[in-house]
Amino acid sequence: MRKIIPALGLLGLSTLAFAAGDALGPTEQQATNWHAIIMFCLFVAMTMGITSGAASRTKSTSNCYAAGGGITGFQNGLAIAGDYMSAATLLGLTAMVYSKGYDGYIYMLCFFAGWPIILFLMAERLRNLGKFTFSDITAYRLDQGKVRTMAAVSSLVVVCFYLIAQMVGAGQLIKLLFGLEYNVAIFAVGILMMVYVTFGGMVATTWVQIIKACMLLAGGTLVMVLAMSQFGFSFGALVDQAMSVHTLGEKLMHPGSLLADPVTAISLGLGLMFGTAGLPHILMRFFTVTDAKEARKSVLYASGFVAYFFNVIFLMGLAGIIIVGQNPEFFEGGEIGKKLIGGGNMVAMHLAKAVGGDMLLGFLAAVAFATILAVVSGLALAGASAISHDIYARVIKKGTASEAAEIRVSKMATIALGFVAIILGIAFEKQNIAFMVGLAFGVAAAANFPVLILSMYWKGLTTRGALWGGYGGLISAVLFVLFSKSVWVDVLGNAAPLFPYTQPALFAMPVAFLLAFIFSKSDASVRAKSEIEAFDDQYVRAQTGYGAAGAAKH
Amino acid sequence: MSSVMYERMRGNPKFQELVAKRGRFAWTLAAIVLTMFYGFVMIVAFAPASLGQPIAEGSRWTVGVVAELFMFIFFWVLTAVYVRRANTEFDALSQEVVRDAWKENK
Repeated sequence: MRKIIPALGLLGLSTLAFAAGDALGPTEQQATNWHAIIMFCLFVAMTMGITSGAASRTKSTSNCYAAGGGITGFQNGLAIAGDYMSAATLLGLTAMVYSKGYDGYIYMLCFFAGWPIILFLMAERLRNLGKFTFSDITAYRLDQGKVRTMAAVSSLVVVCFYLIAQMVGAGQLIKLLFGLEYNVAIFAVGILMMVYVTFGGMVATTWVQIIKACMLLAGGTLVMVLAMSQFGFSFGALVDQAMSVHTLGEKLMHPGSLLADPVTAISLGLGLMFGTAGLPHILMRFFTVTDAKEARKSVLYASGFVAYFFNVIFLMGLAGIIIVGQNPEFFEGGEIGKKLIGGGNMVAMHLAKAVGGDMLLGFLAAVAFATILAVVSGLALAGASAISHDIYARVIKKGTASEAAEIRVSKMATIALGFVAIILGIAFEKQNIAFMVGLAFGVAAAANFPVLILSMYWKGLTTRGALWGGYGGLISAVLFVLFSKSVWVDVLGNAAPLFPYTQPALFAMPVAFLLAFIFSKSDASVRAKSEIEAFDDQYVRAQTGYGAAGAAKH
Repeated sequence: MSSVMYERMRGNPKFQELVAKRGRFAWTLAAIVLTMFYGFVMIVAFAPASLGQPIAEGSRWTVGVVAELFMFIFFWVLTAVYVRRANTEFDALSQEVVRDAWKENK
């Protein structure tokens, strides 16, 4: 049992972000899937059309990073859902329900529960205070140069680890679904991403997310309805049959090993909840809408879609137990109970084939590819904006850079990030990369989130406190993961972990908060005094939205 | 200029009302979500068997499935409730605060 918990913890994190290196394992190349390739090409053609339309509009920084602030709440809600539900949500969570039953459902609630909290405590202030990146908020009344550098560094750390996980996962998945070579797949993803982001900026990225979210919702719903029709749309009949054939039997609907250890459970819950609230590419989405009103609506729609889709996945996983799990066609060697063809994560794909034939399989595979592309594009944009908006325009040029120069830097940064992603994707092909997502979430929850929330809520935060809290959280999250089983034992090959838990959030977050508190309180400088005084104005703006960055005129 | 505006808004009793009302409402809802969610996590950790019980004799719906489905729906309803009140009542109030501050300008 002890062994299963951390493994599942990582699987769960990977489901959000798609660290398939571990979850999918080395995959074999499949026969070229033409249905999938044609449908994917249609998706690319459609999004490229939008990108070229958007390209003429990415001449201002506002369009480039925030789609001119003109996205509606509903559109942004879809886009956030698109950012949040990766290919692994579809594949990983379906597989989890297939093998663990009810545990998979618990996991999905953990992914969902952060959204209401983001709405109640953050969405409004984010929109009212920020412009393009979340560092706009942390640096609002603090030392621009130092605080932005810190926020940009931790953003880039999150983006890079997340990108590696995505790229390796993408390569494995595409090899499997499309029958393309790993390196070809990596280049395809990297280059398409560069095209979307450099030419289309946030406008194109947003539309890629929206189209992909619609495809995902439609595809998932179709598979679920077709599958449920085999059980007369009765949940009771579905569970009955699933229990009778599953190795867990009656235990299928009981909580299993997933959250059996309270420390892991709470740490995971904190990491997922507040990690989401500290992910730069998710936070960035709040600046694409006109005002706080639309920002709130975005969360309403996004959480509605996410909640709905998780329930669809639960049904898909359960149906898969009978429809896929009892069909020898889907097992290696045609023997039920052996390894599934293509690995455990292929349940959703096999289910699509079983209920809808090659067409539906092709559609779902295209959706999975589109999903990876969309998430990678969002990440690249977040990374590029940290480099161009925070480091170049604000730290190096101290606000004197022209918009054209800033956009040029952002495009160069995107291309650089694209190549970094391709190189890392190839370099890490055979590595166990599951820990990287844990690291990305740990850093987001421990470095980005505490400073962000304190800067919005705590008057006493000073530059010194923010820097100690931010860097302290960053370093401690990295160290906790480094010394945990997933890196210290699994990657570095040591006998025993120095830190007993795989989830850093419960331990690294207090470090960040504590350091920020101590070093702000003990900061007696003149600067600190004026920073504390500046909170009052910031507070009024956060509450009323007066002075907030508005929508661009087109 | 904007500093003067912020000063005026801060001095407006409507602003204090807005902050107090919205703050109380948001934190109450957040507390409900956090309590229910972490309460559920604790039940999963310490009394998992109770979640596997059927809700009625012979039913295939277990307590755990029903509780989770309820939370998915309930949490979403809470977000809808918040958005509704914030986008009407609170936004109207905050617009009034801004308008009042402008009026003083003239």
